[in-house]
Amino acid sequence: MTARLEPPVSPEAAPFWDATRQRQLMLQWCRACDLPVHHPRVLCPRCGGTDLDWREAAGRGRVHAFTVLHRPGNPTMAERVPYVVALIDLEEGARMMSNVVGCEPGRVAVGMPVRVGWEDLPDGRALPVFEPAGEAAGD
Amino acid sequence: MSYDPAELRGKAAIVGVADAASPSGELETYGRALEAAMVMEALADAGLSLSDVDGVLNAGDSMGLAEYLGIRPRYTDSTSVGGSSFEVHIEHAVAAVAAGLCEVAVTVYAQTPRGDRRRPAAGGPWRRPGAMLEWEAPYGLLMPMGAYALAASRHMGVYGTTPEQLAQIAVSTRQWAAMNPRARYRDPLTVADVLASPYVAEPLHLLDCCLVTDGAGAVVVTRADRARDLAKPPAYVLGVGSCHDHAMISEMPDLTTTAAAVSGPAAFSMAGVKPGDVDLLMAYDSFTITVLLLLEDLGFCPKGEGGRFVEDGKLGPGGALPTNTNGGGLSYTHPGMYGIFLLVEAVRQLRGEAGDRQVDGVDVAVAHGSGGVLSSMSTVVLGGEGAR
Repeated sequence: MTARLEPPVSPEAAPFWDATRQRQLMLQWCRACDLPVHHPRVLCPRCGGTDLDWREAAGRGRVHAFTVLHRPGNPTMAERVPYVVALIDLEEGARMMSNVVGCEPGRVAVGMPVRVGWEDLPDGRALPVFEPAGEAAGD
Repeated sequence: MSYDPAELRGKAAIVGVADAASPSGELETYGRALEAAMVMEALADAGLSLSDVDGVLNAGDSMGLAEYLGIRPRYTDSTSVGGSSFEVHIEHAVAAVAAGLCEVAVTVYAQTPRGDRRRPAAGGPWRRPGAMLEWEAPYGLLMPMGAYALAASRHMGVYGTTPEQLAQIAVSTRQWAAMNPRARYRDPLTVADVLASPYVAEPLHLLDCCLVTDGAGAVVVTRADRARDLAKPPAYVLGVGSCHDHAMISEMPDLTTTAAAVSGPAAFSMAGVKPGDVDLLMAYDSFTITVLLLLEDLGFCPKGEGGRFVEDGKLGPGGALPTNTNGGGLSYTHPGMYGIFLLVEAVRQLRGEAGDRQVDGVDVAVAHGSGGVLSSMSTVVLGGEGAR
């Protein structure tokens, strides 16, 4: 399988990417809102606050929306067609883009429970992807 | 009534400032983080906070800046004309504030060419690294189709909207294109044809997507009093409204509601018209789902009802809401940034110059543009002499 595009590391997100080396899904948190901030920033886009820290996420969520790509989004994904890109609502309240893997694209649905999995990147980081969980698990 | 720029005198003031520099010639922070720091410092200087800001100006990317800061501006300006960009921004901001288009506008600049030498891997010289490269591109979302497909999937999941209903938008639009001799595609199209076309980004089929064509357009604006003495009947700008609420699709607050829900009511209110008064709608049709969302957000039907609203063909010839009468981005032309064609067709219909596809009695026309990935919305209400 062709290696994926390697995501650059913004300074704000260094803790997120460092944690992926241990396959930990970390979320930036705004202490004032007591809610996650994703993607990471120097301030909370809800309240403007800068009292931010990091917490490990449970890695569970649901599919908020998804698309089955029949054409690759970039050349590194050509061998994977058709594949699923989804927006995942993590149970902590953050939404992130990812892939749903480990099941036929036709089984993915809005609201489907998923759990985090990992795909290694060449530089030692890992990319969080999601697999069916709960009642939808097991193909 | 003539317009005198002197009327702007004293209508606005600069109330907060910030800057950053270092004797070393280098700053530690850079890019979006540095822009954010400057914005916060200038707001603090003014005794204001981010939540007060409803106008965002940036030399090149007001959309990404606003997304980062969590601002949903109703006045946006990415004018980028080199070193004088920020003086131009002040000019625009003064006019916007004086006109009531926004109340608190901020412009910001950050560039770090010295420090960038120490960050060779970070990419280009400006706004590095790209948030989209970091948070979306690794997952292989096909752009822009994939972003709109996500919105379509959510609308289907929440409201039960069907592929057939989306396809009907392409079908109605093609019926208009059949009457436009310059349209790229004029052959009849059926819902079955759309559904039989290959998936690009499921649930969107190829024929749910706009064309890729060459194209060009221009629009000239002048004062109303001068306009009446010129060659053609004026299309008066009765109302305008704008808003953007994200830059990346993964940051869109609600995939089923665009910022047209802000820009539309603002433009209609300014114009003193209601959706029911609109004789012609030119709604940016990058994809069928775009039109469906705009119909709901502009108030032509309730949220979630777009599918049922379009399925009887009311957007097409003879329908209750003539929409995209030039054949749209779906069948006429779409060079990439299609918004100019919305205005051109609206004006032609107001003048009665649309030939075979002319709609009878067009006195109020709406041109609504959508930029980015359902990100940046702008509504223009135009009217003829009778609506003025």
